[in-house]
Amino acid sequence: MIKIKSSEITSKAEYLSRRDFLKTAGIVTAGAALLAACGTDEVPAAPPTQSLPTDQKTAPLSEELTPEDSVLNYNNYYEFTTDKERVAGLAKDFKSSPWTVEVSGLVNNPKTYGIEDFLGSFTIEERIYRMRCVEAWSMVIPWNGFTLASLLNEVEPTSDAKFVRFETLADPDQMPGLVNKLYPWPYQEGLRLDEAMNDLTILSTGLYGETLANQNGAPIRLVVPWKYGFKSIKSIIKIELTAEQPSNFWQDIAPNEYGFYANVNPAVDHPRWSQATERRIGELKRRETLYLNGYADEVAHLYEGLDPNKLY
Amino acid sequence: MNTKKWEFTPLQIAAHLGSLIPAILIGWDISTGNFGIDPIRDFTFRTGKAALVLLLLSLACTPLNTLFKFKQVLKLRRPFGLYSFFYASVHFAIFIGLDYAFKWNLIQDALLEKRYALVGLATGLILLALTITSTIGWQRRLKKNWKKLHKLTYVAGLLAVVHYIWLVKQGVLDPWYFAAILLVLFILRLPTIKKALSSLRKRNLQRASH
Ligand code: HEM
Repeated sequence: MIKIKSSEITSKAEYLSRRDFLKTAGIVTAGAALLAACGTDEVPAAPPTQSLPTDQKTAPLSEELTPEDSVLNYNNYYEFTTDKERVAGLAKDFKSSPWTVEVSGLVNNPKTYGIEDFLGSFTIEERIYRMRCVEAWSMVIPWNGFTLASLLNEVEPTSDAKFVRFETLADPDQMPGLVNKLYPWPYQEGLRLDEAMNDLTILSTGLYGETLANQNGAPIRLVVPWKYGFKSIKSIIKIELTAEQPSNFWQDIAPNEYGFYANVNPAVDHPRWSQATERRIGELKRRETLYLNGYADEVAHLYEGLDPNKLY
Repeated sequence: MNTKKWEFTPLQIAAHLGSLIPAILIGWDISTGNFGIDPIRDFTFRTGKAALVLLLLSLACTPLNTLFKFKQVLKLRRPFGLYSFFYASVHFAIFIGLDYAFKWNLIQDALLEKRYALVGLATGLILLALTITSTIGWQRRLKKNWKKLHKLTYVAGLLAVVHYIWLVKQGVLDPWYFAAILLVLFILRLPTIKKALSSLRKRNLQRASH
């Protein structure tokens, strides 16, 4: 079985400073996953531009990948249905091509990208991340994608830009779940700009070396591994840089239960259920949930001075 | 009554077989290794659903009799209630033994400090009390109080639905369908509704015989 090594980035990436971005050091490309489906080569990780501290806290992990079949058939995608195991069937005929993503707002170079543009101009890497759902289950998924930072660098956020807002397609003809008017469609999400620029944050166009399946958010979705899964918005049509903190879908529905940050934190329970442990899909025994989903070394600095208990 | 006795048996047999279907399906899936993607959640859901459905079926018997003068169903209240308790026990056992593997510190956090789980526990305890006192012996011993005690079935139904509502994310409609059914069953038991229904039925019978 494939083992993951945790990434060993010392991400001191400066807010907005483009040049200083470190290339991924140790996000290990495991297995011989071919990215043929994406039509791109796998680029080996560049060596870190900074020497790594020797007292790394993230010990190498030995967590198995979640079987692809489970990743493909256990999805929270309420635009189709609230039943996780029926999303794949209902999304079968979803049209994810042609597809454009409008990048706009407080940027110097607003641009509408076609999916091909992304695949052509950004480095597609494999990133093996834990995915922790707010419902207390988790997976380990080998994503293929590129850093959101590389896209943002191209459109150049202005100095007023503080947040990034994302929006999912809402097409009632293709998405039967939209009939549920209790939800504030379209699905939207947001990140602070420095969270968006962090090297862990990627836009994914595939998983397990294959083009992203419709039920996983084709053709392009966000992956923010240290936050609960609902932050990782699917089937994005719009990325907007804003000065104000954008709202997000689940916070709009239940502000007492879901916040803007949604950082994984075993010490802060969901008001109705415990977040201390999680059930890893494919395993029987519960695992202890890790602070920031195990990515504290990479992202804890983003929250210095903030009360972690308030970052749910 | 006696002449009709032969009719009871098929209905009762059907009720018993029907009540066992979820268990048979679960047993089948286990024996064929068909565990699904998240088996613990799956079996938790299926046993919880079965317990709830059977509880509502048990509560539906009396209104069915009121509506259609279908006395035979009254005999099904007890088996439905007992099967509901059976599934609730398995449901609880999965939670404690499989999901939390008897880790008491985790169970304390997940069960005793979360309202949906506490409400589930309260439902389970009511079902336990009703199961223990479901025998003829206890009926005799408790006399009039037995009926009162077994009115708790309503409370159990209500709490089970609340348990369900509190464990899903907002906007998930499934528990609300059960809530609607429960509400209808409640309404059908209101004395005024009951009276109106029986006079309606009598009138219909009269008209039919004319
Ligand atoms: C004895 C204490 C109980 C505990 C600790 C308990 C716990 C749970 C848990 C952990 C879940 C799954 C939550 C999730 O993964 O999202 C669940 C679901 C459920 N439980 Fe319980 N439960 C209890 C009693 C009951 C009883 C007595 C009933 C019904 C009579 C019941 C009916 C249900 C139903 C209908 C579901 C949802 C099934 C679905 O979504 O398909 N539970 N319960």
